[in-house]
Amino acid sequence: MVSADQGGGVMRADVLAERVEGLDEALAAVDGFDSALACGLLRPPAATAAGVTGLAQAVAGSPLAGRVAEAADKTVAGAGGEDHFVALAAARTALLGSVHDALIDQVAEVTGRTAREREVPQGGGLPVGNLHAAARSWLVDLARTGWRGIGHEAVAGVAPVVQAMLAEPRLRRPATLLDGFAVELAASCPGATLERVPVRRWADLWSRALLLTLPGTAEVPDAGVVTGRLLPLGVDLQEHAGAVQAQVHAVLEPVGGAAPRVVRASVSAPKPDSVVGAGLWQLLRPHMSLLAAAGEGRAMELTDMPVTVEGDLIWDDACARPGASADAFVTARVVLPTALDAATAPLDRHPARIAVPVFLEGYGVSEGDGVLTFFVGGHPLAVDVDRVPVASPLTAQAVAASGACIGLLRWDAGSYRLQPLAVEATVRKKPVALHAGGWAGGTADKVGAKGEKAATDAVTVLRERAGRLLRK
Amino acid sequence: MSEWERSSTARVVAPARPRRLAKVPFVELADGRLQGVVSSGSDIARVYVSSVVAGSYAFACSTNNNRPCGGARGAYCNHIRALISEAVLQFGPERVARYLKAETGGDEGPSAQSIAHAMSSTRPPQGDAAAAAPVFSRFLRHLSYLELAPVTTPLPEMQWFPPTRAVA
Ligand SMILES: [Zn+2]
Repeated sequence: MVSADQGGGVMRADVLAERVEGLDEALAAVDGFDSALACGLLRPPAATAAGVTGLAQAVAGSPLAGRVAEAADKTVAGAGGEDHFVALAAARTALLGSVHDALIDQVAEVTGRTAREREVPQGGGLPVGNLHAAARSWLVDLARTGWRGIGHEAVAGVAPVVQAMLAEPRLRRPATLLDGFAVELAASCPGATLERVPVRRWADLWSRALLLTLPGTAEVPDAGVVTGRLLPLGVDLQEHAGAVQAQVHAVLEPVGGAAPRVVRASVSAPKPDSVVGAGLWQLLRPHMSLLAAAGEGRAMELTDMPVTVEGDLIWDDACARPGASADAFVTARVVLPTALDAATAPLDRHPARIAVPVFLEGYGVSEGDGVLTFFVGGHPLAVDVDRVPVASPLTAQAVAASGACIGLLRWDAGSYRLQPLAVEATVRKKPVALHAGGWAGGTADKVGAKGEKAATDAVTVLRERAGRLLRK
Repeated sequence: MSEWERSSTARVVAPARPRRLAKVPFVELADGRLQGVVSSGSDIARVYVSSVVAGSYAFACSTNNNRPCGGARGAYCNHIRALISEAVLQFGPERVARYLKAETGGDEGPSAQSIAHAMSSTRPPQGDAAAAAPVFSRFLRHLSYLELAPVTTPLPEMQWFPPTRAVA
């Protein structure tokens, strides 16, 4: 075992078990409001009305207090309107923002890395149009009926809004969120017969979608351009029926010797729900050369690549060229501990948004009830193997047999978990490194190639059908 | 509240399972129906829009140009049978049976065959063909997703949509 105080990027898992001051109280207020939202805000019964009032009380000391108190009063009286619901969503978001901040402080202690400045200014506030208003009114109606009251027709009402938003790349954020949310709601209709409701999740998606309809919330200010060597750590894939996003987590070594910094590069695309597995990589691959570089274990040399204040590279293949080979584990062991972590934009201050690259080794492993746990310095940390993409050489068995791991530290439902991005393991007496995004750029692996072929065939059929039917 | 209820990233809908799309390029469980688009075996430019209503099992099948399907008179045609089979591949038999409220009985769990049999043996009525137009337009919308440009600006919202290896 590697002792916790060895330094050099080994994380201090003991800190993860420490109680965070005020966290339970904030989450209790969130839960109360979320329960009210499940029943609907039209005429909340007394018990859930307490949830709405409780939310207002929880932000009583903040600048939002006045507006939220009024919104809660009106809502409890059955007279809540659009502006009131927006105020309640803002209050809920602020509470979760405070939870996020407390957790991020804890994570900084765990990694021993320094965060860049916390404060990130809000975006410029491009004017919002009719589509935003239409989305807002759909969301307001949803909140009135509540998750228990959803029906097919009401849910389908957002489809034209999503379609129009998708056509405008600038609106991809609200479009993608509303699309994924609507698919889940549609699959759960009618709400009256639902066995269980994903209470916090849908309240998250609802409040976030509502705030995204306000001017400026979806914009993160640019922070100029960066030049230097980009060392990939791993790839995180996210998907719903109508979209996929790959995010490469990496360390940037700027030219001129400034401190290295943790950055991300993202590429996303809308997709038909039948495009899955390797098909996801195929959709994204042509639009970001970094995916292949990360898959092959190669650095990239960036020249004047745009970056946001959150450390998100706005990837442009024209600003990048392939560099020398770069082992992600060397990057994780040597460079990551000295890197500065990215700051977080106001709307992104949410526990679900926490995804901090970490490096672990010398941990114990236990498996039971289908749950994999690492023991880091004796402290348990749940491993979320389910987040590894389907089209990947990384398996649960390899994670369980690993001796070193690059992962994303996340937090959900009250506890931390580790999403593996790559592991070093011994397979048939040989040391190997397996990456979740190992097939992002393609693969010669037998199983992987079969998946690639099936995905190519599926997209070929869809494109043929589209060519024949779409432009009639 | 349970852990699932308190989770921001609770999995609500399982992702589609991979399948060959040539015969049935589009299938969905929506609007209280199993519905989709089935390629014609003879004419490459023609497709059939087929559907079965959950609960009543009422069925409809017509071409994209609104001509009724010759096979779907009084009983399920081959298009509808193909639709059921492909839905089972894409969504898993349990989810399809549950959605359609098909009582397959037995200890073995539902299959495409037992679902089709359970529904057709109730002698379901001919359904309303009016649903074909919206289904076809949903299919076109589905196809149009392939034409939309990818972006490299980050979508933080996708953090709420992790992949899952669990199947339906
Ligand atoms: Zn037919």
